[in-house]
Amino acid sequence: MTYVSLTDADREQMLETIGVSSVDELFRDIPAGVRFDRALDLGDPLSEQEIVKRLEELAAQNTPAGEEISFLGAGVYDHYVPAIVDAILQRGEFLTAYTPYQPELSQGVLQALFEYQTVICELTGMDVSNASGYDGTTVAADACYIAKHVTGQAKVVLAETLNPQVRQVVKTYAPGFGLEVVDVPHRDGVTDPDELRAAAEGAACVIFQQPNFFGCLEPAPDLAAAANDAGALAVAHVDPISLGVLEAPGAYGCALAIGEGQGAGNPVSFGGPHYGFIAAREEFTRRMPGRIVGETTDVAGERGYVLTLQTREQHIRREKATSNITTNQTLLALGGLITLCWLGPQGLRELGETCMAVAEHAKERIGLPLAFPEQTTFKEFAIRVGRPAQEVIREARKRGIHPGYPLGRDFEGMDDVLLVALTERRTIDDIAGLAEVLAG
Amino acid sequence: MKLIFERSRAGRRAARLPRPKDLPAPEIPAELGRSKPPRLPEVPELEIVRHFTELTTRNFGIDTGFYPLGSCTMKYNPRVNERVVALPGFRDLHPHQDEEAAHGALALMHGLQEMLAEITGLDAVSLQPAAGSQGELTGLMLMRAYFADRGEGDRRRKIVVADTAHGTNPASVTMAGYELVKVDTDPRGNIDLDDLRSKVDEKMAGLMLTNPSTLGLFDEHIEEIARIFHEIGGLLYYDGANLNAVCGISRPGDMGFDIVHINLHKTFSQPHGGGGPGGGPIAVRRQLEPYLPVPAVVPDGERFRLDYDRPKSIGKVRAFTGPFGVFVRSYAFILAWGRELRTMSEDAVLNANYLLARLKDTYELPFDRLCMHEFVLSARRLKREHGITALDVAKRLMDYGFHPPTIYFPLIVPEALMIEPTETETKETLDSFAEAMLAIAQEAPARPELLKEAPHNRPVQRLDEVKAAKRAVVRYRFDDHPDLAAEPSTPAAAEAPKGV
Repeated sequence: MTYVSLTDADREQMLETIGVSSVDELFRDIPAGVRFDRALDLGDPLSEQEIVKRLEELAAQNTPAGEEISFLGAGVYDHYVPAIVDAILQRGEFLTAYTPYQPELSQGVLQALFEYQTVICELTGMDVSNASGYDGTTVAADACYIAKHVTGQAKVVLAETLNPQVRQVVKTYAPGFGLEVVDVPHRDGVTDPDELRAAAEGAACVIFQQPNFFGCLEPAPDLAAAANDAGALAVAHVDPISLGVLEAPGAYGCALAIGEGQGAGNPVSFGGPHYGFIAAREEFTRRMPGRIVGETTDVAGERGYVLTLQTREQHIRREKATSNITTNQTLLALGGLITLCWLGPQGLRELGETCMAVAEHAKERIGLPLAFPEQTTFKEFAIRVGRPAQEVIREARKRGIHPGYPLGRDFEGMDDVLLVALTERRTIDDIAGLAEVLAG
Repeated sequence: MKLIFERSRAGRRAARLPRPKDLPAPEIPAELGRSKPPRLPEVPELEIVRHFTELTTRNFGIDTGFYPLGSCTMKYNPRVNERVVALPGFRDLHPHQDEEAAHGALALMHGLQEMLAEITGLDAVSLQPAAGSQGELTGLMLMRAYFADRGEGDRRRKIVVADTAHGTNPASVTMAGYELVKVDTDPRGNIDLDDLRSKVDEKMAGLMLTNPSTLGLFDEHIEEIARIFHEIGGLLYYDGANLNAVCGISRPGDMGFDIVHINLHKTFSQPHGGGGPGGGPIAVRRQLEPYLPVPAVVPDGERFRLDYDRPKSIGKVRAFTGPFGVFVRSYAFILAWGRELRTMSEDAVLNANYLLARLKDTYELPFDRLCMHEFVLSARRLKREHGITALDVAKRLMDYGFHPPTIYFPLIVPEALMIEPTETETKETLDSFAEAMLAIAQEAPARPELLKEAPHNRPVQRLDEVKAAKRAVVRYRFDDHPDLAAEPSTPAAAEAPKGV
């Protein structure tokens, strides 16, 4: 494949206009000592069909969902992505544009992002959303940064039932942000509000997840109240797919709602690119990280959209910016917007109900003891398989089924626990197959 | 045009969902259940398709036309990359899949790491950071971890950044918990060495530098700059935003840089997607490898595995191993060029110099040198003589069918127009852009209102950014939505960077 657009004749004419005799001369400012004097060791250039063949060979060495029946979730979910998402996102006017710096040329992306922000606010019950964050982990770090500046406190409290990768990312960012991270252990799969309240004294924020990493429903209103009582910002990490059936964080007193958007509109794609969302109550608008689109009018009074509140951002505020984020996840967020429009309020509720119903059916059909039998779950649940979960996975995969995520990877004493995820894509027959392989 | 919410009618819908028969309805504890449904639009599928199709007609991408947005490297995004990224073996591969069932993905990532190590001249690569800015922050975290490990963490508290730097550099410095020290640019557009020497001491952790700089100029003293920092035991960070200028020509590692981030959405053709996704891998010298994020993709005999056992690692900076779909596209792009990648950078630099040669007598060139892959002109004279600003030139370019360059950046050039044509444009496109720029310079004295009122043929005219910031209407409010058209307007666009 060649991406060259100049001919040798073009090059000669252009060099003449420039007034140099060779392309090499264009690089005369580069000191001899740092010039690279051999060809890059990158192999022969390939034709388009050779590239496709090479990549098909690599793809064939992977086992995607579809080649086996997969019950993997643990933060990334195999929800159905409607065909219109691909059709719209592949349009070059969206795909090949950049950040809408020039609004007259970018009303398409700007309006779509305004709609995305509105959808995120509606799902979460908030007043302001940015135009996307990197993923569901980095938005948690962003939330901590906001909370630190709003409260002047350095402590952040993380529920242990928060996705372990979210907790890890917050801990990576903590030294630079000057944060002290405190974990609150789970009790029978959920967080105890009293324990959380005690930990939240003097904290900037508390982050909990609903439904949590084990799939269990947290007593979210009580957790938010505990944070608020202690003077810390309550931050809920939520699954957009759950928000047709579960209460909006804004309705139970959260200051911020964050989450991983992938399940709404993005393929699993080995972990990325996906989009993170972050939404807040109005009072935090000017502390938000990243791009925000706002409505305005043009000289003729016509409605239009622009990037706004930019004095928060790095290109203006530099070292005093609320974040360094520049390139975000716009295209993936648009995938989310399109999917949520496609679902509509009715569809989103039905989707949540279906996930929950098939999960309940799977619990019963499998018949193995639940790790947290007292808890209500959403689309994921933890079961005790009575022997190392890794062993069960290995055996099940030989029979074409991936039974779930081994929780022993992140939690002590859970080597025999499997986290099983159900989406609307898993059928009753799939579940029967899972029950059969788990029965041995 | 209408918002999608304004097309909504109760009871309409697009999706029909599978609902396994005879399953009881789930029970949700009342206090946790949704009290009020989210007001998502209720529209049939055709209306959704028409809505977003209409939005695309109000947007401009590389596929639409020339997009010389400086420092953003708006090159052609090959469609074959979209084909391969959609292969089910990539698209539908779960990130928690067993390593032996994800061998192709791990092999691809390891292959891309090797390619990027070769291109940057460094030893080890982590693909994890989500974009350039996160690559910067990750690089600074590596510096912190490295110096802490050497017992120098409390002493080395400062990072030097050039006054031409992208805003992300100083923002990342703050987020990493460092203090910023700014260094000036000399009259040739290089870092001012005297200023640098006067500021560098053993409290420095290191330097962040873009080379070629945001002026599009290669720093002629790069070897001396590297010496100054390495003598005090500091580290050099390379902002790879401008790597498109030097692939196969000069490698950051050979220039003396210890940490580099690479913007896969710039140099390596990941589509910019209206603002993202990007990819910001970092490459480092051997002594920094132990601190790289986990997991690392490492060879294991004939196969590859994810290595989490790295006690000195800074940890994770985002989920999983990074934006995998971006890796697939960049890997395919590098396969297409192979060892001829140098031609990509040569043509990018040739195209930029050609445009520069055609424009420099009409617009002011603050640093009169050959440029690299981009250059910065100033509309200062037009402003002084005719009251025409860089913003006016930018808006008028839209009437000619072009996306404007980056404007008002870098900050040290007044009325800056930062132009980056990339290698994928033909000479004819460059000529027609040059002719438009020359025509606009002629229009400035003759018909200034043409520029002041531009653009003339877009769906909206110039927008009131002051009103937008003051009113902060950042979501649709349905029946309570304010009527901004009824409020007074003072159309003014801030003279702030637009681009980068």
